Amino acid sequence: MAELIKGETGAWEMVIGLEVHAQVIANSKLFSGASAVFGADPNSQVSLVDAAMPGMLPVLNEHCVEQAVRTGLGLNAAINKVSVFERKNYFYPDLPQGYQISQYLYPIVGKGFIEIDMPDGTSRTIGITRLHLEQDAGKSMHDQHPTKSYVDLNRSGCALMEIVSEPDLRSGDEVVAYLNKLRMILRYLGTCDGNMEEGSMRCDVNLSLRRPGSPFGTRTEVKNVNSVKAAQQAIEYEAQRQLEILESGGSIKQETRLWDPAKLETRSLRSKEDAHDYRYFPDPDLLPLKLTDELIERIRKTLPELPDQKKHRFMEQYGLTAYDAGVLIAEQNRAEYFETVAKSSDPKLAANWVQNELLGRLNKEGMSLDDSPVKAPALAGLLKLIADNTISGKIAKDVFAEMFTNGGDAAAIVEAKGLRQVTDTGAIEKVINEVIAENPDNVAAFKGGKDKLFGFFVGQVMKKSGGKANPDIVNELLKKKLS
Amino acid sequence: MTIDNATVTKIANLARIRVEEGEKAKYAAQIGGIMQWIEQLNAVNTDGVEPLASVMDITLPLRRDVVTDGDKQPEILANAPEATSGFFAVPKIVE
Repeated sequence: MAELIKGETGAWEMVIGLEVHAQVIANSKLFSGASAVFGADPNSQVSLVDAAMPGMLPVLNEHCVEQAVRTGLGLNAAINKVSVFERKNYFYPDLPQGYQISQYLYPIVGKGFIEIDMPDGTSRTIGITRLHLEQDAGKSMHDQHPTKSYVDLNRSGCALMEIVSEPDLRSGDEVVAYLNKLRMILRYLGTCDGNMEEGSMRCDVNLSLRRPGSPFGTRTEVKNVNSVKAAQQAIEYEAQRQLEILESGGSIKQETRLWDPAKLETRSLRSKEDAHDYRYFPDPDLLPLKLTDELIERIRKTLPELPDQKKHRFMEQYGLTAYDAGVLIAEQNRAEYFETVAKSSDPKLAANWVQNELLGRLNKEGMSLDDSPVKAPALAGLLKLIADNTISGKIAKDVFAEMFTNGGDAAAIVEAKGLRQVTDTGAIEKVINEVIAENPDNVAAFKGGKDKLFGFFVGQVMKKSGGKANPDIVNELLKKKLS
Repeated sequence: MTIDNATVTKIANLARIRVEEGEKAKYAAQIGGIMQWIEQLNAVNTDGVEPLASVMDITLPLRRDVVTDGDKQPEILANAPEATSGFFAVPKIVE
């Protein structure tokens, strides 16, 4: 549940709501036919519409509309069959129109919710207030010239979805879980690549403090939060700042603050008072957007299995814990890999191996799952050999390392290297007798009560057998011999 | 509703239009007249009437998501008072 902040005058609770700007995956811009692909030469992907030349008219991109509807459905949200584009008026050099085309009173998507997963295995439902479509601005660079700012309009007019949450979040950890889940849903849907570091997902944090159970306090809005880590740091800083003001009897000023990732602090934007007077009004260039039930249903039919559905299915179908299921569904290709392995071996063993051996090794090598030299059917083949006692789990790790480095089939490697597990009790007994004969002191000590030495004997027997002795049989025989 | 000079100043600032002190009374009277007219419209009961976006029976035209435009940097920058290395160069904006 919500973690409280201990102040000198008692406990406080954080109340947080997020506004996430997600770049829509599309070939062209929201209202023009210029390319929306990243990284081109400055001002080379700009149409006369994006540069706001007089007389240009915006024409809405139908794919961006479908992407917004698709995202709304993925957020369990109501789709509004009528929505309206409005002009949000402000002046900045990277906004040539002098207004951003956005949606205000009538957004395309209304209320919804998502489920967030906490590290302790619990889940919470977080409300979504709305999602609306709007234009991105251009990009300004302030550090290239002593007295000039440089402006590139390539991003100008690209489609964004602004996704607003209810003030349901109560801690930095919940915000991290929310951002991770939202990103996962967007990726599953294919509507945004969710890459915060590259700026395709940006977030503004609204935060206030209150006494538990009291009405909401006055909030501040923190902008420029561009990574999950920054969100956590900004929340920590801003909560502490508000706490100090409130505890010393002051009051919070409702304002916009900027997160400074270098100084790790938020600071007031000190903008003029009427900077927030956006004077929204319906864009006379654009009629209201009307959606048909047929379109909404057609999109609904193409939705993939979403992260939460997959998580619950994995828990039921494969008997996984919420935590394991959560790790395995984090990426679609990871979930697919796991399922291929799980279907032809023991699911829990598969969950363990995919998370620990496979992902651990890939992480260490800095490789992605798609580049893994060990494909899912090959790993399934290895796990089968553990399940039918051909090799032990320990030997399997060596075989896996061999498969990872040189490729090949698990069964073939086991045969070629003679790694087949020894289950012949006679052969194991012979090794045990040798170990006992070589270590009379330890045998005496063990019999004298040093129980911990049992592990030493197991280790010696395994070593002598080249790791090939079946551990269960070794344990059983050792117990008999040493009693 | 009467519009005073301070309101004219605020509206002019928001729109980035320079209005000389001596002109403000004139604009205050004109905007005041417009507001009076809107107040007359407000007297009409519109309960249960949907806003009218267009008098014609047309729907919002949509385009397919294909790249049909762009790749015209020289034209885009042609009217810029100053441009450097493909960028617009504007007086430095600092928060």
